[in-house]
Amino acid sequence: MSVRALLETRLLSAIAVAAIVIVLPLFFPSGYYYRIGALVFIFALAVVGLNLLMGFAGQVSLGHAGFMGIGAYAAAIGPVHFGAPSWLSLLAGAALSGVIAFAVGRPILKLKGHYLAVATLGFGLLVAIVLTNEAGWTGGPDGMAVPKLALFGWRVSGSDEWYWISGATFVGGFVLALNLMDSPTGRALQAIHDSEIAARVLGVDVARKKLTVFIVSAMYASVAGSYLALFNGYITPEGAGFLRSIELVAMVVLGGMGSIVGSLVGATVLVVLPQVLTVFHEYEQALLGLIVMGFMIFLRRGIVPSVAAVIAGWRK
Amino acid sequence: MTILQIDRLSITFGGVRAIDGVSVAIDAGQVFSIIGPNGSGKTTLFNLVSGIYTPNDGSIRLAGETVTGLAPEQLARRGLSRTFQNLQTFFRMSVLENVMVGRHRHERTGIIADLLHAPSVKRQNEATRQASRAALARVGLADVADRSAGSLAYGALKRLEIARALASEPTVLLLDEPAAGCNPIETQDIDRVIRSIVKEGITVVLVEHDMRLVMNISDRVHVLASGRTLTEGTPDQVRSNPAVIEAYLGVHGSQEAVRAFD
Repeated sequence: MSVRALLETRLLSAIAVAAIVIVLPLFFPSGYYYRIGALVFIFALAVVGLNLLMGFAGQVSLGHAGFMGIGAYAAAIGPVHFGAPSWLSLLAGAALSGVIAFAVGRPILKLKGHYLAVATLGFGLLVAIVLTNEAGWTGGPDGMAVPKLALFGWRVSGSDEWYWISGATFVGGFVLALNLMDSPTGRALQAIHDSEIAARVLGVDVARKKLTVFIVSAMYASVAGSYLALFNGYITPEGAGFLRSIELVAMVVLGGMGSIVGSLVGATVLVVLPQVLTVFHEYEQALLGLIVMGFMIFLRRGIVPSVAAVIAGWRK
Repeated sequence: MTILQIDRLSITFGGVRAIDGVSVAIDAGQVFSIIGPNGSGKTTLFNLVSGIYTPNDGSIRLAGETVTGLAPEQLARRGLSRTFQNLQTFFRMSVLENVMVGRHRHERTGIIADLLHAPSVKRQNEATRQASRAALARVGLADVADRSAGSLAYGALKRLEIARALASEPTVLLLDEPAAGCNPIETQDIDRVIRSIVKEGITVVLVEHDMRLVMNISDRVHVLASGRTLTEGTPDQVRSNPAVIEAYLGVHGSQEAVRAFD
């Protein structure tokens, strides 16, 4: 791809995604849809971060909800226990997630494949257990209420307001991720995915690059977690649990590993589908499972890469 | 001037001495070949020199500096790069992007600048692209730069690996069987590429089974057998050494020997 083409794709996809965020509400029949939209963008933000780690660098994490949990509880504990503003607590949560990712990532990113999966799984469980047991700080298994976000005297409470905030943040996170992929760090990460040893003999400090992307992806998850907590106004340790981590991984894989646009698609499918399927009552979960299986069987590289390949085939 | 000095190097795998007290001195600007029957330790020696294995004993000096036990990425920053016998292509990337990774040690931006696509990143990307296109041109792959690496033929992938290593501007380049699996035309391409590399003053260390290529191109040839040095000399000296013929005709590699002496 030529420089110009690359620049254009990056600019174009950023504009396209921003346009989707702006135009979508015109088609919302009710205020409820703002809520779904906000949830999609919040999850998509976490999924973009996880995709940097999984889709580009090829390192799996089954504990990313742990970082969402850290962000979520930071946004709750900061205002409740320390009287800190929510936005400051959110930033502190992201910083803390970065530091924890650094400390945890150093030993476990040496592991590969299934071993890394189990180690990150253990990390996620650990966070959930700490959040459950430290009841004095976190309210224990019952969770805790999260004070509303206030920005310069503006109390953010409506779903429509959250739609715009999470949408704007998602576009920002989307652009940063696209930038990263067209940089020395991004190229090194993609190289690591295919051959660590070849990357090393070309001078790439593989351990350090893995740690860097792990920290970045943890901070994405942390901010998303803070948003989710502030938006819902209530959090429980389940939000940091294993199922949430699996949900994030499923969004990455469904949308397409290594496709930033895919992250939005994956999050959309797995947030919107359960809402649509509620009309089937007790069969909702079973249908969701079937549909996801269907996607993976027929679009095995994930929705966006598979569809892109089909379109490229037509053009030939 | 000796650019790469290997001194009494040894490594043991589960009681087997895969490399046993091998010493090699390689002069700058030479094509230095390491040959020997299958299993004689050539690739193991490469893995030791490029930092993939750590030797149990002995030392390695690169341009006068002791580099024994350094990691591959540290050696790369000191100007030592290599290719692999079994291809290690970055198949998810384009041909050009593969080579751009080779420029990594010359790139100087941090994660924050990379995320924000700072002007410094933009400038640097441009410089990296140019240098990478130049490296591709040197191995004759300029016209496929924008194709997916996975779509290249085997011989082209071999040259892509060389271009990628060249992009890192090494002083010493280790080529591990660059002509293995190549047809005669592709082998000629590789031969031409190696000659052009040497012309630029890069020292080439070659492990290769294609004896015609080795004997044509090498300044010196080092022969390994069972992890030990058998002999070393000019191609002519090695060619006529009865011990070498015997080592090859023993059990393995008889084919190569026949081809070498036809």
